[in-house]
Amino acid sequence: MRRWLWVGLMCCALPAQAAVQQFELSNGLTVIVQEDHRSPIVVSQLWYRAGSMDEFNGTTGVAHMLEHMMFKGTKDVPDGQFSKLIAAAGGSENAFTNQDSTVFFEQLQKDKLTLALKLEADRMQNLTLAPDDFKKENQVVMEERRMRTDDQPQALVYEKMMSVAFQTNPYRRPVIGWMNDLENMTVDNARDWYRRWYAPNNATLVIVGDVTLPEVKDLAMRYFGSIPSHALPVRKPQTEPPQVGIKRINVKAPAKLPYLLMAYHVPELRDTPNDWEPYALQVLAGVLDGSEGARLGKFVVREQRVASQASANYDMIARGPGLFVLDGTPSQGKTLAELESALRDQIQSVIQKGVSEAEMKRVKAQVIAAHVYQRDSAFYQGMLLGEYVTDGLPVSALTDEVARIEAISPAQVQAVAAKYLVDDGLTVATLDPQPVTKDLADQPPADMHNLK
Amino acid sequence: MRLLIGWIVFFASTLAYAGLPVQHWQLTNGAQVYFVENHNLPMLDVSIDFPAGSAYDPSTQGGLANLTRRLLSQGAGGLSDVQIADGFADVGAQLGGRFDTDRAGVTLRTLSNAEDQSAALALLTKMLSQPTFAPSIVEREKARVIASLKEAEGEPDVIAERAFQKAVFGTHPYAHRESGEIDTVTTFTGPQLLDFYRRHYSAQGAVVALIGDVSKTQADAIAQQLTAGLPPASLAASTVIPPVPPLTEAVLKTIAFPAKQSQILMGQPGVARGDPDYFALYVGNYVLGGGGFDSRLMNQVRQKRGLTYGVYSYFMPMKEAGPFQIGLKTRTDVTEQALQVVRQTLADFMAQGVTEAELTQAKNNIIGGFPLRIDSNQKILEYLAMIGFYHLPTNYLELFPQRVAAVTSEQIKQAFERTIYPDKMVTVVVGAAESIK
Repeated sequence: MRRWLWVGLMCCALPAQAAVQQFELSNGLTVIVQEDHRSPIVVSQLWYRAGSMDEFNGTTGVAHMLEHMMFKGTKDVPDGQFSKLIAAAGGSENAFTNQDSTVFFEQLQKDKLTLALKLEADRMQNLTLAPDDFKKENQVVMEERRMRTDDQPQALVYEKMMSVAFQTNPYRRPVIGWMNDLENMTVDNARDWYRRWYAPNNATLVIVGDVTLPEVKDLAMRYFGSIPSHALPVRKPQTEPPQVGIKRINVKAPAKLPYLLMAYHVPELRDTPNDWEPYALQVLAGVLDGSEGARLGKFVVREQRVASQASANYDMIARGPGLFVLDGTPSQGKTLAELESALRDQIQSVIQKGVSEAEMKRVKAQVIAAHVYQRDSAFYQGMLLGEYVTDGLPVSALTDEVARIEAISPAQVQAVAAKYLVDDGLTVATLDPQPVTKDLADQPPADMHNLK
Repeated sequence: MRLLIGWIVFFASTLAYAGLPVQHWQLTNGAQVYFVENHNLPMLDVSIDFPAGSAYDPSTQGGLANLTRRLLSQGAGGLSDVQIADGFADVGAQLGGRFDTDRAGVTLRTLSNAEDQSAALALLTKMLSQPTFAPSIVEREKARVIASLKEAEGEPDVIAERAFQKAVFGTHPYAHRESGEIDTVTTFTGPQLLDFYRRHYSAQGAVVALIGDVSKTQADAIAQQLTAGLPPASLAASTVIPPVPPLTEAVLKTIAFPAKQSQILMGQPGVARGDPDYFALYVGNYVLGGGGFDSRLMNQVRQKRGLTYGVYSYFMPMKEAGPFQIGLKTRTDVTEQALQVVRQTLADFMAQGVTEAELTQAKNNIIGGFPLRIDSNQKILEYLAMIGFYHLPTNYLELFPQRVAAVTSEQIKQAFERTIYPDKMVTVVVGAAESIK
């Protein structure tokens, strides 16, 4: 605490952020260090470049299932001890899996980094994977699927949309896995996955906080240095063939209001010095939905009152293919068709009339400010670094983002809208609300028959 | 993600934690200012809160307080809603808000260079002192609130939460749902909102919190600017909230819903902020259901039996006694089993209290984790606002680890015995409801 105060008072000039530092161990482990001395804490994130996109049909969800099993013990650190040891050190830990990666993280007082790295290095190579533990954890994961997807109508619509927008690329499969695959998953499936992907040469360690580079180098060497690398399977590109016409899907689920999702195929950032389209698409998302006064909020929600909420999203960082997604809930008395038409009108307006200088300036101001604000969170800084590196981009691309966005012209925004936001690349998914009243519950769906 | 719920509960735990150079002063208009000077980043976070939460809704006008706060940014001082939103976006500023049963407030994050900061603060000042409440905009925002209320009628977790709040708080104002009811929101008019604003947004009850790249002199000027045009104290309504009556008997509320999982909530009124038992309850609750994988509930329901993805318990101390709640979701065909395990775990906890090993683990985590709770300006702003609103001492955060360290297992047992009545609890089950007793 005292140190925090002291730093606060000493740094009267606005300090430039320390540069991101990067090194690689001889076994292939990449280490990224962002020194941040504002507070006596440290964030450790271990990113494995293995997510649901690396799975096969029949064992979908195994990446996430293994993430759960990583907390179930090694020979030296039995089941439950990982969490217990981190908690006793005053830390918090958790993990997440997405399409591109599986990430394990700890947040601790700075002098406890040793503990986190020791434990992570241990479970990178010594996981027990006991059949009984697997069985129970498999139940937990099925509960997670029910909670996050099956009982969440909008999440269900998203899952169905993805499986239609992509027909060959593995992004079509849900990260948590299809329920039937979860029901039939075995501990051997999890073990195969662990052997295939959990290796230092398939991981990036991201450290952000009140630490120094020599200190991190020393710890990384000590705990990860002796773990052998192994050959990784060849990853096939599985490129999605071009979409050749609009696709539509309707989803029925218990809900009160309808919902609309529209997704267009768009590129992702790959060749950082030369790609400009992803940056233009990011500006486009800002023009449509960067603030309440942006086009969707201004026209669709406020002037036309067609939607009670509407948004636009695009994330240019991903290992797989990109989508530019619009969604919304129609206002009382308005239909899904009317909302779809209103959102299309906004896209047409950009394509035909372009965007104003004032809008460009506004979006750029928001991006510049966001780059300052993100430095308030050590964890978020780590997230950004981990995403870039896992997706094969240089960390310099992260610092360059502001300059690249500032260089985007109104004509470029108009151009990407015209090129990509077209019907032939569009998937429309709708939620058709079904009754939630007791009348329906009297005729329960299949899995309620078990009730006494 | 392996544990979403536990993670959220961890950060949403309502206590704050020690050791910051907090400066506090009062303006001549009565507003309280809490400030931490920090020049590490070229930005400023500021918030202003009022005792204007949903507990102050007149009993037939649920949702009035929420809609009033919502309308502040939807037109003010001759600017339209879009002009206000564009104005903040033009300087990269981010407007946010707070709203619960006690409090209504707005938050602002802005760059601290003079030009951007003054533009953002000028807009915030207009919102606070000259909100328009134009009839057409009021109608539009009512429709949007009603849409979200309607949507919530199809969401089993919201249905469960609503039933829980009603059953725990009965006729007490804490039973008011924050965004109100469809029937009441439909009736609101611009003049009603203006009237609520005038009676609940005076400088007298305002708490201004600031952290960031400004001096104390600047912070004082900003606080004065934000509060100068607020409605006069002479119009201010009473901010008293009556004590929450204890429950007199067990209540079981079952609601059938066609879902894969049942939502289970159990609980009762807990304690008010400042309750002498609070630290014992907080530490004890870590062992019961607040400490994620360290907790007994998680161990019994998830780790041993695989019946849920997450189970938690928390105390939410408010101006008066806020809820104590245990919650989980479980697949419908094991609803009864899961509920029995939760009840047994609570009964054992009440009978045995915590072991010394559990107590040590809880203290190590809470005290050792203290620096993480104040490691960003955003987190510190929340604590400043809370300290100010609940009149906690400015060294509250410094004292926190000491208070935690002093808790004994005996104190925990006694505090739970005084506070928690398992035989007079509310239990809500949404989903597979018919078989539950």
